[in-house]
Amino acid sequence: MSLRNRDLISILDLSRNEIEELFRKADQMNKFLQEKKTLNTLSGKIISLVFLEPSTRTMYSFQSATYRLGGKTLVFASKTTTSLAKGENIADTIRMMSAYSDLIVIRSPYDGTALYASMISSVPVINAGDGKHEHPTQALIDLYTIYKLKGRIDGLTIGVLGDLKYARTIASLLYGLSLFSPRKVYLISPGNLTLRESVRAKIDDLGLEYEEVRDIRQVIGELDILYVTRIQRERYPDPEEYERVKNAFKITEKLLENAKPGLKILHPLPKLDEIDKSIDNTDYAAYFYQASLGIPLRMALLASILG
Amino acid sequence: MDQEKLIVSKIKKGIVIDHIPAGKALKVLKILGITGYTDYRLAIVMNVPSNKLGMKDIIKIENKILDKRELELISLVAPTATINIIEDYKVVEKYKVKLPRVIKGVLRCPNPMCITNKPDEVAETIFVLRKLDPVVLECKYCGTLIKGDEIEHNLSIQ
Ligand SMILES: [Zn+2]
Repeated sequence: MSLRNRDLISILDLSRNEIEELFRKADQMNKFLQEKKTLNTLSGKIISLVFLEPSTRTMYSFQSATYRLGGKTLVFASKTTTSLAKGENIADTIRMMSAYSDLIVIRSPYDGTALYASMISSVPVINAGDGKHEHPTQALIDLYTIYKLKGRIDGLTIGVLGDLKYARTIASLLYGLSLFSPRKVYLISPGNLTLRESVRAKIDDLGLEYEEVRDIRQVIGELDILYVTRIQRERYPDPEEYERVKNAFKITEKLLENAKPGLKILHPLPKLDEIDKSIDNTDYAAYFYQASLGIPLRMALLASILG
Repeated sequence: MDQEKLIVSKIKKGIVIDHIPAGKALKVLKILGITGYTDYRLAIVMNVPSNKLGMKDIIKIENKILDKRELELISLVAPTATINIIEDYKVVEKYKVKLPRVIKGVLRCPNPMCITNKPDEVAETIFVLRKLDPVVLECKYCGTLIKGDEIEHNLSIQ
C-alpha cells in the first residue's frame, strides 16, 4: 500500500514492507543530497510545523527536509510548555493550520495528541513526538541507521539502555523492532525505569524476543547494537541515588573493552555525559551518523505522503 | 423466582436486566443514563438470592427500549448480566451482555498527561477492548491500559 495522503501516528501504522520501501527512498534522497541536486517534489506545498513544546532539533530536521524537497514551512511554536496550559486550544490550532497547509507535523507534551490532531485535520498528520507515547519518525531513523550499519535488522542482538519508562523514543523503537526479527533485544535499565506496562503488553503481543537486565556489563559482549538514552536527573529526588544509577549505566571505554567487535552505539541526541566523550571518536560511535540520516529519512517520508 | 414475584410483579413490555452482581444495580443505571426523573416505570431489586452469583440485583424497565450498544456497556460493571426483552409478559429475546470492541465516552483515561484529560479540548475518550476475562481496555490515544477495578473507578459518569 502506498503512503500517499496517510497519517503517521504510530510506527505500527506502517508494515515492514513500507518501512523498507522508505529506507530505499531515503537512500535515493541521500544520493541526491550528496550530489547537491535540487528536488522539487514538494514544490508548491506547504508543511505546517506545530510544535507545542520546544524541540529545536526535530523541528529544524523537518524544516530542512521540506526545503530540500522544494517545499515551504509554516511554524506554529509554543515557546514553553506552560503557555499551553493556559488554555491554548489544540483543536482550533489544528483546524487553522490544516486550512493553511498540505500536511501537519505535530509535537506535543500530551500523550495521544497526534491521533487527536489527525481526527480534526483535513490534511495528513505526522507525529513528531506526543508526550511519552510515540515518536515514530525518530524510530524510523533509528531503524534506518541499524539497517545501514549492519545491512539488516533480523538476527541482530540489540541492547536498549537507559530510561525505558519515560524516554520519548523507546516505545516506537521497540514496536518498530517488533516488525523485524532481531535475535534478541536486551532492555537495560534501573528497576524504577523499566518499560511501562502498556508498552510491555504490546511488545508481548507483537512477539518481540526480549529480556530485561539490570546491568550493561552482563550483556555488553553479545551486542551488535547498543541504543542509549539519558537517565534524567529529575527522575531521582535523591542526588546520591542519581549518581549511583547514572554511573551503573554509563558507557565508558573500560566497559567497551568487553564489547563484541563491530558494536555500534546509537543515541537519539542530545546527549550529556551518559557516553564518555572519548568514545565519540571511536568506531563504536554511530550517533552522529544516525543524526545525519534524519534529513534523508524525513525527506523520504514527506515525499511518500505528498509526492 | 417466587421470591422475586413477591417483590415486583411481571412487566408487560420492556427489559429485565438480570444477574447483576449484588450492589451494582445503581452503577448499571448510571451507565444507562437513567436518573430518577423518568416517565416510565422502573424497578430495582437488590440482594436477591441467586444460584449462580450467591446474591444478585435485578432491574426491570417498563415500556422502554434501549439499544443493544447502550446495553453492552453494562458489562463494564456487570459482566454477568443477562438481558431479557419482554413482550406481552413473555421473554422474546434473552442474551448475555458482551463488551463492545470499542467504547466511546463513558470512561476516562487514568493518565493525567493523556490528551483526553487536557482542559479546553473536546477529545472524547476511546477505549479498545484488548482482552476479555479479565477485561483489559486500551486508551486509543495514549495506549494506557485499564483493567479490573480500575475500569469501575474510571467511569466518567458519576
Ligand atoms: Zn489516554
